[in-house]
Amino acid sequence: MNSNKTSGQKLLGFLAANSVPIMFILIIALCIPVVGFSPTFLLNEIVTRLSRNAFLILSLLIPIMAGMGLNFGMTLGAMAAEIALIFTSDWQIWGIPGIVLAMILSIPISAALGVLCGRILNAARGREMITSYIISFFMNGVYQLVVLYMMGSIIPIIHNNIKLPRGYGVRSSVDLTRIRKCLDNLVAVNIAGVRIPVLTILIIVAMCLVIVWFRRTKLGQDMRAVGQDMEVARAAGIDVERTRLISIVISTVLAGIGMVIYLQNMGDMATYSSHSQIGMFCIAALLVGGASVDKASIGNVFLGVILFHTMFILAPSAGAKITGNEVIGEYFRVFVSYGVITVALIMYETKKRREKAGIGQQLAAAQKEEGK
Amino acid sequence: MSNQAPLLELRNIKKDFFGNQVLEDINLTLREGEVLGLVGENGAGKSTLMKILFGMNEIRETGGYGGDILLGGEKVSFATPFEALEHGIGMVHQEFSLIPGFAATENILLNREPQKKSVLSEVFGERLNTLDRRAMGERAEKAIDKMGVHIDSDMIISDMPVGHKQFTEIARELSKEQLRLLILDEPTAVLTEQEAEALLESIRGMSARGIAVIFITHRLQEILNVCDTVAVMRDGRMVQSVPAKETNVQEITRWMVGRSVNTAQEDARPVPETRTILSIERLWVDMPGEIVRDVNLDVREGEILGIGGLAGQGKLGIPNGIMGLYDAGGKVTFDGQPIPLNSPRKCLDANLAFVSEDRRGVGLLLDESLEWNISFPAMQNQNKFLKPVLGGLVKWRDDAAIREVTQKYIEELQIRCTSSRQKAKELSGGNQQKVCLAKAFALNPKFLFVSEPTRGIDVGAKALVLKALKKFNRENGVTIVMISSELEELRQICDRIAIVSGGRIAGIRPATDSSEDFGALMVSQVV
Repeated sequence: MNSNKTSGQKLLGFLAANSVPIMFILIIALCIPVVGFSPTFLLNEIVTRLSRNAFLILSLLIPIMAGMGLNFGMTLGAMAAEIALIFTSDWQIWGIPGIVLAMILSIPISAALGVLCGRILNAARGREMITSYIISFFMNGVYQLVVLYMMGSIIPIIHNNIKLPRGYGVRSSVDLTRIRKCLDNLVAVNIAGVRIPVLTILIIVAMCLVIVWFRRTKLGQDMRAVGQDMEVARAAGIDVERTRLISIVISTVLAGIGMVIYLQNMGDMATYSSHSQIGMFCIAALLVGGASVDKASIGNVFLGVILFHTMFILAPSAGAKITGNEVIGEYFRVFVSYGVITVALIMYETKKRREKAGIGQQLAAAQKEEGK
Repeated sequence: MSNQAPLLELRNIKKDFFGNQVLEDINLTLREGEVLGLVGENGAGKSTLMKILFGMNEIRETGGYGGDILLGGEKVSFATPFEALEHGIGMVHQEFSLIPGFAATENILLNREPQKKSVLSEVFGERLNTLDRRAMGERAEKAIDKMGVHIDSDMIISDMPVGHKQFTEIARELSKEQLRLLILDEPTAVLTEQEAEALLESIRGMSARGIAVIFITHRLQEILNVCDTVAVMRDGRMVQSVPAKETNVQEITRWMVGRSVNTAQEDARPVPETRTILSIERLWVDMPGEIVRDVNLDVREGEILGIGGLAGQGKLGIPNGIMGLYDAGGKVTFDGQPIPLNSPRKCLDANLAFVSEDRRGVGLLLDESLEWNISFPAMQNQNKFLKPVLGGLVKWRDDAAIREVTQKYIEELQIRCTSSRQKAKELSGGNQQKVCLAKAFALNPKFLFVSEPTRGIDVGAKALVLKALKKFNRENGVTIVMISSELEELRQICDRIAIVSGGRIAGIRPATDSSEDFGALMVSQVV
């Protein structure tokens, strides 16, 4: 059926399959001349955001491979990282040791949350995305309970600059100045005015290699099998539930580590809101990079980060230049993120339906040919 | 062939599903390298027998089986299909059990991939071993060679023609070193003629290697071409088991459909020579597993037309497509008016009614009372059982009329229930079926499709349902098209019977013709 397509049809197919990235490239191409940023500034910003976000987005790849869709539950890993950072800040362990300790501390918390999330998602098979989305809201409540009421009362918090004045609960902002960019600056080079955080990028590259390697392991193969057809995988003796659970745990743990990298770059943590939209922005970036609900590659991650964030570098200034209002940029960011996710979900459903309708068309065509 | 204990021996296998005996006293022996052809109508018990042999869960969940299975002279009882696999039994199912996005190699060795250890796997466990792609390729090629039919081991399953998918499954079984017995459940159903020929050749090759094969198919000629023995099942019994050389297609057909008593109706009337009321032209229907291709059929006013055929050949697709439940195309004319397809409401408006084979899903509102179930379609589509209130501004349900009509059908169809308010889900299958009929009758249709009305119900209810249909046809002059897998049941009440084979109408004959004639039609164009 695919063999006799003309090159025109192929081009159209390519455009349709990549409509989201193409649209973003067009918008960016239009914005750049309007804003008039210098290339050095733009490149600096892009490199910063790439090193800040890429690890977080990489954490989304494995559940997609296992057929569990976009893991909105990565927010759980982000919460684990924040709890870890609250502790390391309170213990006043700064610099690289602070970052490493925070990563290590976040792992058991995010693994436990991942097991919980994975168990629930196994019970809600076929509706993983909406379920993980709601779990992240629910866990946000638990997080608030722990951080706002238990920390300082049940869980010891020593320093007053972290505690709320009333004696328990954590302040709405935790100062991370003393670990700010520690990782990024440890090994950094300047190329033509663009500062490159070599170590952070090396960590991201290493993570990519791990993912490439992981795909070639038995577990990776099992995940791909489970992702495509659970029943067939089960019939072949693969433990479907366990495989799915592992994919969510890995994703949550990676999200936790990614969140530590993200926050060390920011140098400041909004205790009650840093995690709240991180899942959505990461997912939107991945989708902008051309991924879909059932297919995502490392390439999608990098293209996505670059396109999505370039747009946010440009949008406030472009908004200000066009409408005279800076706030339009932030509005645009949220608006576009939800828009991109909605479009991706709709495209996924239409693709499934079109495949189904294809059988009917084939029948009709076969009959027509016979009738001749 | 060796003179030791036979490879497989079945002794007095029995199986009942909740008191409903589906297998009785099955005895079977199979030597190494022997090819056994297993034939029988749908419901004869072939699938159940194979499920028992393969240790499928549903057998154990429904109370296990009676009798013994001996493998190489040793008694075995498999708790799961995996145990059967360990003992060297492989099975290729009718539905494909392949991962669509994987290459043939990956599917052939699914979950049995050769692996390489690495440092990380020593730490984190075996699942982090990397796959040994080269060894995988070699083993897959070896299995494909064994099969004797060449397929591209690097091709992704979803790009493959159907036949190659089938061969991939067979290669998967062959790649298991311990394989001694291979069960092929209608493997040629999806193959082109050439591919089927290649498969038969590969079965001969397996047999020469000492692998025994149980080959289930409706294509009888294939059985004669490749099998050593033919075993015929009917109504849960093994009725014949003879060397393939000593029989022929006609004889096998007779064994398959033959009944000890001829059940054709005694009060048969001459086939009505009336005008055509429903005309179907070039209908296709995309109903998964029941695809209809290019069906042309004329139904005469006032007759009962039966549509029979083997499962999966498309007989269920015809009513489901016309009534708009599945994607369909073609031209349907009813009473001179064209019926738009893919629109259930238009069909109902034209006074067509449908009793679906999916009783619990499509047929009933399980959580509602009998009254509601029986009156709902008529209320919804024809404004029956409604009384105007406030000068017609609001329509109120007429509960008294609903109760009356429900009571009437409860008596007429002998529906066993505690009251007309009982919930539909609390009734037995047979009584639920009667409610479905009552629901259709309450619409006062001019034309009625009844799909598998007796599937899964007991003998008493069966007779009642058939009687009610006949009565409805005779007394109200309603044209009925009844779809059923049971030929004898069609012969009991129909005037004419159309047989569907391969998604097409293979032939239409008066119901008084012999069972053998219909049997031959059933297997004529099987795809």
